[in-house]
Amino acid sequence: MPDSVRPDPAITPALVAAHGLKPDEYDRILAILGRAPTFTELGIFSAMWNEHCSYKSSKRWLRTLHTTGPQVICGPGENAGVVDIGDGLALVFKMESHNHPSYIEPYQGAATGVGGILRDVFTMGARPVAAMNALSFGAPDHPRTRALVAGVVAGIGGYGNAFGVPTVGGEVRFHPAYNGNCLVNAFAAGIARAESIFYSAASGVGMPVVYLGSRTGRDGVGGATMASAEFGADAAEKRPQVQVGDPFTEKRLLEACLELMQTGAVIAIQDMGAAGLTCSAVEMGDKGGLGVRLDLDRVPVREAGMTAYEMMLSESQERMLMVLRPEKEAEARAVFDKWDLDFAIVGHTIPEDRFVVMHGNRTVADLPLSKLSSEAPEYDRPWIETPPAPPLAPVPAADPIDALRALIGSPNYAHKAWVWEQYDSQVGADTLRVPGAGAGIVRVHGTRKALAFTADVTPRYVAANPFEGGKQAVAEARRNLVAAATRPLAATDNLNFGNPEKPAIMGQLVGAIRGIGAACRALDFPIVSGNVSLYNETEGRAILPTPTIGGVGLAEDLGELIGTCPEPGDAAVLIGGTGAHLGCSALLWEMWARSDGDAPPVDLAAERRHGDFVLAQRGLMRACTDLSDGGLALAAFEMAAGAGMGVELAPEDLPALFGEDQARYLAACADPVPLLAAAAAAGVPATVVGRFGGDRVRLGRSAAPLAELDALWRGAFAAAVG
Amino acid sequence: MRAAVVTFPGSNCDRDLAEALALHGFAVARVWHKDTDLPAGTDVVGIPGGFSFGDYLRCGAIAARSPVMAAVAAHAARGGHVIGICNGFQVLTEAGLLPGALMRNAGLRFVCRPVRLRVATAASAFTAGWAAGATVTLPVAHHDGNYQADSATLDRLAAEDRIAFTYIDDPNGSARGIAGVLSANRRVLGMMPHPERSADPALGPAEGAALFRALAAAGVSA
Repeated sequence: MPDSVRPDPAITPALVAAHGLKPDEYDRILAILGRAPTFTELGIFSAMWNEHCSYKSSKRWLRTLHTTGPQVICGPGENAGVVDIGDGLALVFKMESHNHPSYIEPYQGAATGVGGILRDVFTMGARPVAAMNALSFGAPDHPRTRALVAGVVAGIGGYGNAFGVPTVGGEVRFHPAYNGNCLVNAFAAGIARAESIFYSAASGVGMPVVYLGSRTGRDGVGGATMASAEFGADAAEKRPQVQVGDPFTEKRLLEACLELMQTGAVIAIQDMGAAGLTCSAVEMGDKGGLGVRLDLDRVPVREAGMTAYEMMLSESQERMLMVLRPEKEAEARAVFDKWDLDFAIVGHTIPEDRFVVMHGNRTVADLPLSKLSSEAPEYDRPWIETPPAPPLAPVPAADPIDALRALIGSPNYAHKAWVWEQYDSQVGADTLRVPGAGAGIVRVHGTRKALAFTADVTPRYVAANPFEGGKQAVAEARRNLVAAATRPLAATDNLNFGNPEKPAIMGQLVGAIRGIGAACRALDFPIVSGNVSLYNETEGRAILPTPTIGGVGLAEDLGELIGTCPEPGDAAVLIGGTGAHLGCSALLWEMWARSDGDAPPVDLAAERRHGDFVLAQRGLMRACTDLSDGGLALAAFEMAAGAGMGVELAPEDLPALFGEDQARYLAACADPVPLLAAAAAAGVPATVVGRFGGDRVRLGRSAAPLAELDALWRGAFAAAVG
Repeated sequence: MRAAVVTFPGSNCDRDLAEALALHGFAVARVWHKDTDLPAGTDVVGIPGGFSFGDYLRCGAIAARSPVMAAVAAHAARGGHVIGICNGFQVLTEAGLLPGALMRNAGLRFVCRPVRLRVATAASAFTAGWAAGATVTLPVAHHDGNYQADSATLDRLAAEDRIAFTYIDDPNGSARGIAGVLSANRRVLGMMPHPERSADPALGPAEGAALFRALAAAGVSA
């Protein structure tokens, strides 16, 4: 037997610490068990109680989020959130981080991040229809950045393209705060029949627990624990904890699972993600109020001699655990045989509250199952309010065209085709809008409905003012959906922060969650799923607080969508007021490497009013975009250059051109008069600020040829990091 | 008009191709790669895009040896029509139904973008909807679309008017800019661009629809 070859190590304080468990957490384990845990049990506790799986630092605050609404079928707590999109259909979606693995091994780290989020979606019975990714890298000239960008982008494409999901949106940013800790946040959405959503709660005693998919190997053992610790200088030594992805297997697993679900054989299903077999088995038992008995000798393995500890903690990819109706076993097995995937009954549900794990006729774990989650530590960590941002220092004068050059010549605001042309954005033949112009849009297959997807956050704002920054991330996501003329439905949040044991970092987390909660409530935009990634620090230096918001919107008919391309001669109409706020702006950072001043305040009532106005008057606009980083000037340039034409804007001062005041949109109209009249009637500020067309870009009294600016914009990303 | 679309494990444009054919009047049957026969009366076989067998070994190499490919070869030998798109093109070259090979893109990266193509010949049931020399824009999405063959083969393809499409904006480094080729009897087409993604007017200009329209109008039969 393997265990006799490699005896379990003794449980010492050092071993406990190596599992990321604090002494008081270990004392809690002793109190629950009334004895010392076995080595395998210690591994199980460490997997269940780390930050990644238990949300022990954030749970208290996550409970305050707005998570309900008539459109919500299933809020946070399942594999993904589910919202109603009408006509008996549901959208299943979530965003999740794979930050630490991607920094260590960018291709596989990013690829398996995509694989994990796709599994979360199809585990619930939904066919994935769209993916996005939000990426944050270190300074463009940092020695690791170029390799990380290349590897992460190739990994996302390598997995998503082969799996066959269109990648329709996302964001890419660069800032020195991410030098030692990049962020890879992957989003996926899928469509299911609303009446056939699959959940993870087991039911029925003596039901077979079935293992599906790839075989178990030693890859990723301890991955979730790694994701819950800061990096030291030894980050590269953690490479064996990174998993390897196989999109071919995932694609077969998708087809096999959806086929199997059709047969009525599935009682409960849970993908094996972080802490693999451990988390999935405990989750299904706990949610169903049942115990689980596993026989590890039946687990399909990739290599001989694996210990129980390794099998329980392996994060090998493309695996599922399922509770099956016993009378359907032969039918289920045939489906998996067809797709050449492993299918093994590895245990069954039991009436007692126990998690029993057998290996080689030995009991290697026997734990009170519900206590693994219900007794998990939960902390009210000390936090301090983020101090008010310093007032904005005087902003030097600058030529507006030079300022625009600074923005569009930076990889932060350059055209990102270098990135998204490596993603298949059209597989499925439902894509209505590819990446590069606001929200990505796909048709709901077989209908005239359309879904819009966006991922947004402005970490500079969150660092300066977590509450307003959290609000702004939600508001910007919503604006991107509105600008496409889709009705915002719901959101997912991916909260990336530093070490929560530091009160200042915890203060950022608390402030941002409060801001997100306030905005979601005021805008009727519930959070239905999410993920928290803490300890994003290297050698004590934290990332910028980065709570990414993934938003989805719905149009009942794709004919209602507003496009992104103006026609020559169209008026440029600014909706929402003249810009004034330069604190924390893209202009400050890209021109002068400054990030002083406060984040722009978000007037949620104005956000709602202006958004409702755009939706109501969509027929009066040919094209529309929201204003965010870079203000009016960048929005107008992107809209014009994206359509291959110039633009002239009348405002000439920097705050009006580059101010980042919120609740604003830019529309292109052949005839602006009806829109202006409607705005006046609705009490929404709107004014003609310029005109699209020509071969020049003019900002106030300063101008440059479109061709020159366009070449800079389209070439800057590859020049910096390609 | 009857079409059969093959699904290999890892195919991911099979549904898209089947629906594009159906939209243009074909009765479409879906065929599993382990099937040994095509449905009776099949006029056109579609080999779809995707990553059959994960692109492991070489793109299309394992799929080319799937049981169904013997039936596809027999269909082609009888003079039946076959269209292979993207991974389907790779499968057809690996199966020996078309000459040449698709290598890694010259830029070494996956490329997904609309590209302008020249319709190099109108003399086939697939391209008869265009005038020879016409320009058409279709999306590509591939990592291995760099068409290569020895120069004698390339010369012969040109001399026999078997080059179906060439790139105007070459995304992958293909020899002579070749984006699609025809078999000697002009009834087997392999092409890297995706006409099936550009076949539905609800999504945009639908420039690829001309291919399916022409194929349906040709009343092709085996």
